[in-house]
Amino acid sequence: MVELKLADYKAEKQPDWCPGCGDYGILSALQMALFELKRDPSQTVVFSGIGCSAKTPHYLNVYGVHTLHGRVLPTAQGAKLANPHLTVVAVGGDGDGLGIGAGHFVAAGRRNVDLLYILYDNEVYGLTKGQAGPTLGLGEKTKSLPKPNPQGRLNPLLLAFSAGYTWIARGYAYDVKGLKELIKEGIGHRGLAFLHVLQPCPTYNDLHTKEWFAPRLYKLQDEGYDPHVPPGLTPEELDKKMAHFQEKALEWGERIPVGVFWKAEVPTFEERLKAYLPRYPEVYPALGQREALDLEGLLQEFAL
Amino acid sequence: MDDFTWRVGGPQGGGIETAATLFARAVGKGGWWVATKREYHSNIMGRHSYLDVRLGRKPVQAFREKVDFLVALDGETLARHLGEVREGGVLLYDPKVLDLTVHKLPMLDHRVAEDLSRRFGKADPGLKDLLQAYVEAGVQPLPYPFEEVADRIGAELGVPSLQARRTLNTIAVAASLHLLGYPLEPLLEALALQFKGKVLELNREVAEAVYKEEVPRLSFQLRLNGYEPGRVYLTGAQAAALGKLAGGLRFQTYYPISPATDESVYLEAHTAFQGADVAVVQTEDEIAAVTMAIGAALTGARAATATSGPGFSLMTEGLGFAGMIEAPLVVTLYQRGGPSTGLPTRTEQGDLMFAIRGGHGEYPRLVLASGDIQDAFLDAQKALAWAWRYQTVVVHLLDKFLASMAQSLPKEALEVLRLDGEKRALPRGEGFAPYERYAPSEDGLSPFVPLGTPGGVYWMTSDEHDPVGHITEDPVLREVEMEKRMRKLQTAREEIPLADQYTLYRDGEVLVLGFGTVKGTLLEALDHLEGVGYLHLRLLWPFPEIAPLLEGKTLVTVEHNYSGQLADLVQQETLKRVHHRVVKYNGRPITLDEAVEALKAVKAGRAPERLVLRKGV
Repeated sequence: MVELKLADYKAEKQPDWCPGCGDYGILSALQMALFELKRDPSQTVVFSGIGCSAKTPHYLNVYGVHTLHGRVLPTAQGAKLANPHLTVVAVGGDGDGLGIGAGHFVAAGRRNVDLLYILYDNEVYGLTKGQAGPTLGLGEKTKSLPKPNPQGRLNPLLLAFSAGYTWIARGYAYDVKGLKELIKEGIGHRGLAFLHVLQPCPTYNDLHTKEWFAPRLYKLQDEGYDPHVPPGLTPEELDKKMAHFQEKALEWGERIPVGVFWKAEVPTFEERLKAYLPRYPEVYPALGQREALDLEGLLQEFAL
Repeated sequence: MDDFTWRVGGPQGGGIETAATLFARAVGKGGWWVATKREYHSNIMGRHSYLDVRLGRKPVQAFREKVDFLVALDGETLARHLGEVREGGVLLYDPKVLDLTVHKLPMLDHRVAEDLSRRFGKADPGLKDLLQAYVEAGVQPLPYPFEEVADRIGAELGVPSLQARRTLNTIAVAASLHLLGYPLEPLLEALALQFKGKVLELNREVAEAVYKEEVPRLSFQLRLNGYEPGRVYLTGAQAAALGKLAGGLRFQTYYPISPATDESVYLEAHTAFQGADVAVVQTEDEIAAVTMAIGAALTGARAATATSGPGFSLMTEGLGFAGMIEAPLVVTLYQRGGPSTGLPTRTEQGDLMFAIRGGHGEYPRLVLASGDIQDAFLDAQKALAWAWRYQTVVVHLLDKFLASMAQSLPKEALEVLRLDGEKRALPRGEGFAPYERYAPSEDGLSPFVPLGTPGGVYWMTSDEHDPVGHITEDPVLREVEMEKRMRKLQTAREEIPLADQYTLYRDGEVLVLGFGTVKGTLLEALDHLEGVGYLHLRLLWPFPEIAPLLEGKTLVTVEHNYSGQLADLVQQETLKRVHHRVVKYNGRPITLDEAVEALKAVKAGRAPERLVLRKGV
């Protein structure tokens, strides 16, 4: 492959996001991460759901699949399992992933397919003009809402943890450099990685703006937080890790942590598949036509 | 005796399934062709279930209204199947149930108990009354204390009662065959197919012990029919699964649902068998099942999912997605009684219009329906080949009747078709110009490039898009892409061989039209009818051009649904009036006798426009 430049990862298509949208920062970080990791664009697929953030794949010069509202994770998992050699990144908004797609979000955690899921969290449904998203707090009223939000806030990190995501991190859309590093680590993680990105929506969310976030964010790793969960911990050590994770995942308000919260080593779904597909992943579904199927052998159990 | 049906009824989970398979294999080993029909409740154990094994001198795929031999393993069977044994037939029952009354049968539907109360003019008729009614209908009752026999044989063999009673199914089959004067040897061979090791040994000894008993000689006897090797006996769900493997399936997703699950479970059990190498993923719901299969297909893997009505409802958004991004996708739809949860374990063909039309917006899709077990195997291969040829959704219609029906057929009937016709672009090597995945073409087909193909970067979106796959709302591009996609239907109509679209089995002034599992019943019905023809539809969408065949005929549709969906479709597509709609929607398949009677009425000009068939228990 010829040496690629950063610009080669950018598609010709111009983003149609609002000026100042956090999506720009995430797009840049993703483009830089893929470039720095030297991922072959033809072996890389970015999947997305539906919404503003879901237009991301169209602006990257890698294979892009813009799926259905809430269905990005099952589609992405299908592709990754069928061709485990692909680098797969799934992206979508908070409504997409934790509203309509919540069931898939949870089920994906139980599988641990080797891919990175980036959740763009601006607390609102932007493309339909600012309705409350699943991460907007109870009683909060953005300027786009006629009344305060009567539904409670879902904590993406805790949900990802209970579902079984093996790498859990949070980043900030305007910290492109920090985000890029998190994306690189998430892509490199063996298993299902979840990156929660705090992202102001300058058009509809006047509560959690750039100005609101700036003084509150701090980096977990600057305070010596260790997310790594090595195998073989005693139950007591694991309890301690989990308590620490929970404390940080719940921290919201005056101080908001970003960085890697959890990093565990758990067999991937691909490895689990091997139990009944001994030739996987060497022989994987995308290879197409198999060698001759022994129908005669299969029919033996039905012989009369 | 050329035509014989043996029925076994009892509580679900009580081994009646094993009994029916054993009986079918035992007569199969004696050279008879067999077909088995299964009726069961949506329940794990305890509720009533029964199976019919019909045998014949040529392949069988229809079932009779009345049976020749009924084995009632419990009292409820006696109550439910009153009137279901033909005159001169046999009822084998356990005499201990005669102490029961109808209202002491806890699982019997109130409606049935009330009907029996009325019929016998008693608040709570005894099973003795019912037995008398069997006798009055000319049925020969034969008391047979199944459990006592099990205990006695168990004691002789030195086996504890609990273990001996696990052989009740073998005892029921052995007693039936012994009464019928059928030799023991094929039964022993059937046992060897069914059991292994110590269990086999015990069942063999039990069968031999049953055969040593003195039994009355029946007025009809079952002889051997000349065994020929090379036959297989399998269900529709298994045939569809095997057909998918033969068609190159490499990725199957599913969410558990009756009656579709059997197919995926078969695949799960055989993933690594003989080069199958098929990944099977159980998903969180049918929305994930369909989208995960689509994701796999985009990488070039032949992918499919299988479901039933409620699951198909959830899948419709995924179907539209596949249609829009031109993903090759097969959905095997096992229809069951609807609407909503409906009749989860009973048959229906109520999803025909839904399969053709379900979903918002318009996109090309193909719908084909299997009529029998051989069809299920061949059609599964065609469905995969067509999905890849036309890069769109193919819905393969089956139903509960076919899914759980088993049939013996010659091994050669399961032919590997080796269909091809995929239009793929070759990798273009280095370079970054986006690939025009959705370039317009005359036949509507654009070469497919799987994700991961070097040099072939492009986009896919569920939005309307331009040739490289970027979102567009441009009116001209909308027309170009919509027309390109929809052209695939015309291409399919032109390319698919007529033999795969429909079969005119026989012409006649009265022309019957059917699709799916009415096939076997109607084909056999033709033997009993004159001047009646049968046109079997295999491809339901795009709808075949059959109008010329219908000219000047009295048209009749026969289908398992309420409204006559096929009739509506035929009228819409051919502008010919369907004169009679024969429908059945009680969840039980149309019997041979019902079909013959209905079509005789049509032929004689005494049938109403709408004829509802209501038989079955």
